[in-house]
Amino acid sequence: MIEVENLTKFYGPVPALRHVSFTVDQGETVGFLGPNGAGKTTTLRILTCFMSPTSGVARVAGLDCQQNSLEVRAKIGYLPENVPLYLDMTTRRFLEFAATAKGVVRSHVREEIDRVMEICAITSVASRIIGHLSKGYRQRIGIAQALLNDPPILILDEPTIGLDPTQIVEIRALIKELGTERTIILSSHILPEVSQLCQRILIINNGQIIATDTPANLTTQLQRNLQVYLEVDGPRSEIMARIRELPGVLAVKPANGDSTYLIESKRGQDLRPELARTVVEHSWQLRELKLQDLSLEDIFMQLVTDEEPGEEQE
Amino acid sequence: MKGFWVVYRKELYRLFASPIFYVVAFIFLSLVGYFFYSSVAYYSLLSFQAGTNPFLSQQLNLTDMVLEPFFASISIILLLMVPLITMRLFAEEKKTGTAELLFTYPISDRGAVLGKFGAGVSLLLLLLLGTSPAMLLLEILTDPPWATIVGGYLGLLLMSSAFVSLGLFASSLTENQIIAAVTAFGALLLLWIIGWSESLVGPVLGSFLKYLSLFTHYDNFAKGILDSRDVLFYFLFILLFLFTTLRILESRRWRG
Repeated sequence: MIEVENLTKFYGPVPALRHVSFTVDQGETVGFLGPNGAGKTTTLRILTCFMSPTSGVARVAGLDCQQNSLEVRAKIGYLPENVPLYLDMTTRRFLEFAATAKGVVRSHVREEIDRVMEICAITSVASRIIGHLSKGYRQRIGIAQALLNDPPILILDEPTIGLDPTQIVEIRALIKELGTERTIILSSHILPEVSQLCQRILIINNGQIIATDTPANLTTQLQRNLQVYLEVDGPRSEIMARIRELPGVLAVKPANGDSTYLIESKRGQDLRPELARTVVEHSWQLRELKLQDLSLEDIFMQLVTDEEPGEEQE
Repeated sequence: MKGFWVVYRKELYRLFASPIFYVVAFIFLSLVGYFFYSSVAYYSLLSFQAGTNPFLSQQLNLTDMVLEPFFASISIILLLMVPLITMRLFAEEKKTGTAELLFTYPISDRGAVLGKFGAGVSLLLLLLLGTSPAMLLLEILTDPPWATIVGGYLGLLLMSSAFVSLGLFASSLTENQIIAAVTAFGALLLLWIIGWSESLVGPVLGSFLKYLSLFTHYDNFAKGILDSRDVLFYFLFILLFLFTTLRILESRRWRG
């Protein structure tokens, strides 16, 4: 459905994207993940024909984004970052404009607007001026305009940024629902969001894609070491020394609390029985012992920090 | 051209929904009304005097005494006001980010530019129509030369459309509305006074500069003379700036 080959974009002398290639299949929900300034928005802007790449090709449904710009744009519903809207128009008037602009037939405009307003639950603010509405409503109006004319592809740039927790849950549910029959690309720097909503994640940093896989695979692939969290009362230096002596222990470091430790070991080697025995042998007070799962967040940090030195050498 | 009507209707709606139009219209019509009143009053004063002075009465005529100053005053007020109407057309869209919406809809750039230009021209047409009661008043009071009046209005419309095209261009250059307004105003002012320098730069360059002046071409219209060269000048001027605006907009894609 979407093919991107070797996309490079320079802003003046600064590269925003470097040789980015990926594909998105029909019906997939793909998440773009990366720190601020990584090139997420630039990629999405190229896909929506707002910008041209410096080099490389982006194709949507087989059509080149540069040569068949209007046809491509007709297939895409786009929610730009920060949801720009005409603040002096009423919701209905704005959606009317958007619907006509997207080529909805005059006689169907009303029907179409009612449909998207119902999906996004904004029927109650139809005749309010957009500038007077809260951020949550504006966000939903933004999604509503993207849905007009029922595009097969939705591109959402940070769809939940700046919303309160209930609104975030609502918008996520909405996106999940929409994703059942559409191809969706969304960008975010919030990891749980992406892992919840997307079947596949593209991690992008410094203008390059550094990993792409399902959330589950990413977690298992990149989890190199096992970590065990231990909370135990006793003389700190002695505890650390004793634990270090245990076979299989790669590192011991103090964790957040006073008497807490993080113990690293190789994958597939569970240290917990050994640790418990040691603690009991020395008659220290064991408070907590658990296996720590590396979260997507940690993986992300690992990837982003790992890749950086390599890039500077280029 | 795809998208012309959509953009045109949206721009008109936004112009009428904001107070800017009403303030501009109020001030414009008040000023025009004042200028009209003063030239008519002056004309009638001189007419009384001419009753005792047959030589003076030969010199008096409505076109020179009322219509020409009336049209000239409108053109100067428009020179001041059009940049304020056009400044937001693209600058605001860029500033607020709505340009990203507009240009990711399946609308051609050409449609968007023409839609905005059309909306600006329609607004000016409306302002000019607002001054027509003055002409009806003349019809009641005397027997005005309607050909001159129609010519004068046609010229005003062409000239103010040229203002709009330049204002639109200025607005596409920046995302700051003030900069857009100042640029447009400065350029218009320069194009007005550029014709005055004839005696300084010599006859050849002087007549060329005079030809460039937006106002030189208006003189004929104000006298009721419809010269195709003047019409062509305005059309080319408008086309030039609409075309440049289009190019500027397209440059955003590769400039980033």
